[in-house]
Amino acid sequence: MSIPLAWYLVLAAALFCIGLYGVLSRKNAIAILLCIELMLNAVNINLVAFWRYQNPAQMAGQAFAVIVFAVAAAEVAVGLALIISVYRRRKTVVADEINLMKW
Amino acid sequence: MTAEQIIFLLFAALVLVSALMVVIVRNLLHAALWLVVSLFGVAVLYAILQANFLAVVQVVVYIGAIAILFIFAVMLTRREAMEKGRQTRNNWWIPAMLGLLILTGLVVLIFNFPNVEQTAAALPVGLDTLQALGIALVSPDAYVLPFEVASVLMLAALVGAVYVATVDKK
Repeated sequence: MSIPLAWYLVLAAALFCIGLYGVLSRKNAIAILLCIELMLNAVNINLVAFWRYQNPAQMAGQAFAVIVFAVAAAEVAVGLALIISVYRRRKTVVADEINLMKW
Repeated sequence: MTAEQIIFLLFAALVLVSALMVVIVRNLLHAALWLVVSLFGVAVLYAILQANFLAVVQVVVYIGAIAILFIFAVMLTRREAMEKGRQTRNNWWIPAMLGLLILTGLVVLIFNFPNVEQTAAALPVGLDTLQALGIALVSPDAYVLPFEVASVLMLAALVGAVYVATVDKK
């Protein structure tokens, strides 16, 4: 294991920022969900890297990475169901045009 | 530079380039496929970190389930006009500046961290990480409560997803 911890942290930070840019700049609601997946993956890289570099006998990092997997799957299932439902009614997936709840 | 570092750099570059493609590519189906490449790169990073179980779960759950779900959703909501026009907002440079700003801040913060240049010690002899993870997830002293909460969340989310996506039969 000859890789410094900083490399993983910088990679995760870059991945998170790419995802953040995508969430804020893309119009399509499905593309926004794709970018949220990138951000969740950045978090998972950090969790696993800290598990490996701090105390591998303590499984906190991996356990919470597993929970992040479950939360990501739940988020995608609900998000895509909502998008498909909105698409059926309003024939659009552009986030700006879905303004039913905007006041 | 050791072989391990070269492999890490190659796959880190793969992850970042394909993540950028997810963000900038116009065709949403291609974006979903680039996401698969990026997720695969992350799975390789887990393998380098000796988190074997997570590497497998990454391939099975993320690539096998989540990415496929995305591809189905893209195909169900496709519209010709969406493929032609711009896919980003007009003021896309504000998020770009924000992202660069946060990245700079994080990198500065990371290098002010103690012990950040350390390399990992070898895994303790006799530690079976898969067994340890399994015990940690069901042991009352460890993470059984978050694990069960995640299970209930998953169940509720899937039931809710089925309910939301069902066509009204009225």
